[in-house]
Amino acid sequence: MSGFIGDWHALVILLIAGVFPNQIWRMLGLWFGSGIDEGSELLVWVRAVATAVLAGVIAQILVQPPGALASVPGWLRYAALAAGCVAFFATRRSIFAGVASGEILMLAGKWWLG
Amino acid sequence: MRSVASTILTLVLFATYIGIGALAHDTHFSLAWALASTALVWAGPAQIILISTLGSGATVVQSAIAVTVSAIRLFPMVVSVLPMMRSPQTKRRHLVLVAHLTAVTLWVECFRFLPQVPHQRRIAFIHGLGGGLVSVSLIATTIGYNLAANLSQLFGAAILMLTPLAFLFSTARNCRELADGVALVLGLVLFPLAAMLNSGVDILLSGVTAGTIAYGVHWWRARPTEISDE
Repeated sequence: MSGFIGDWHALVILLIAGVFPNQIWRMLGLWFGSGIDEGSELLVWVRAVATAVLAGVIAQILVQPPGALASVPGWLRYAALAAGCVAFFATRRSIFAGVASGEILMLAGKWWLG
Repeated sequence: MRSVASTILTLVLFATYIGIGALAHDTHFSLAWALASTALVWAGPAQIILISTLGSGATVVQSAIAVTVSAIRLFPMVVSVLPMMRSPQTKRRHLVLVAHLTAVTLWVECFRFLPQVPHQRRIAFIHGLGGGLVSVSLIATTIGYNLAANLSQLFGAAILMLTPLAFLFSTARNCRELADGVALVLGLVLFPLAAMLNSGVDILLSGVTAGTIAYGVHWWRARPTEISDE
């Protein structure tokens, strides 16, 4: 059982570094959401910042890849992203086409590199 | 239940959580830890950031900052989802679980499914859909965790690549205003520049800058029409 739970210390870190910093935004949205008009200028700005932050998270995974993704050379990661974008717009914004094309190009590139 | 099964995003979610389970295993966290993070954090990028920063020796405070920055997006998401649920009888505590379940997959599906769901049954619908998605993810986390030792590096890389691709295209698909599109593109481009500063809050820096520029573009474009209205 101790193998399943691991050490309690790590679970406390999960709460402090993972759960709380993440949930605070959802609860703030719940708390203040009712007072904000959906089309308000403030929300347009918050949404723009939030979208740009998400774009930053995406860029970070590509630029500073975690785990096994680091084994894929940088140019191939960016080429996969570009292939996905081309497919996404060519198919009038199909999420599936974008994701699948990016993945296929990356796998093909890795296979070709050996 | 059929709604859960029928979405492409569920497939991506499943694969992403296999990746997160595998990442947690490789970084020497316990399975319970990985499952607790899936159930309680319930945000793919935040979990990847949490696991990879803690695994690379960052302090708890540094990880917490990186996670909270990545989670800012949940605020406008919750704000835009809740009006679809609310009726005059709805109390705030009825919406706590809806707020917790709100993440990019659920958010996208809300716009797709909710118009067909009667207003008074929407909270129950979201509890069901969200609960289904969390269950699928918990199973995927367990599978990924147990497979990690046997996963080829190629497969691991392919799974980790899913997160940026899926988030990019699902966000791009849901851009409703010009500001959102500008923010997405600028945010991608500005991050590598911000990363060179090595400030520790690179994403916050590039995000606020790109988002504010995007808002400026929106404001500037909206201005002439406001004048002509008067």
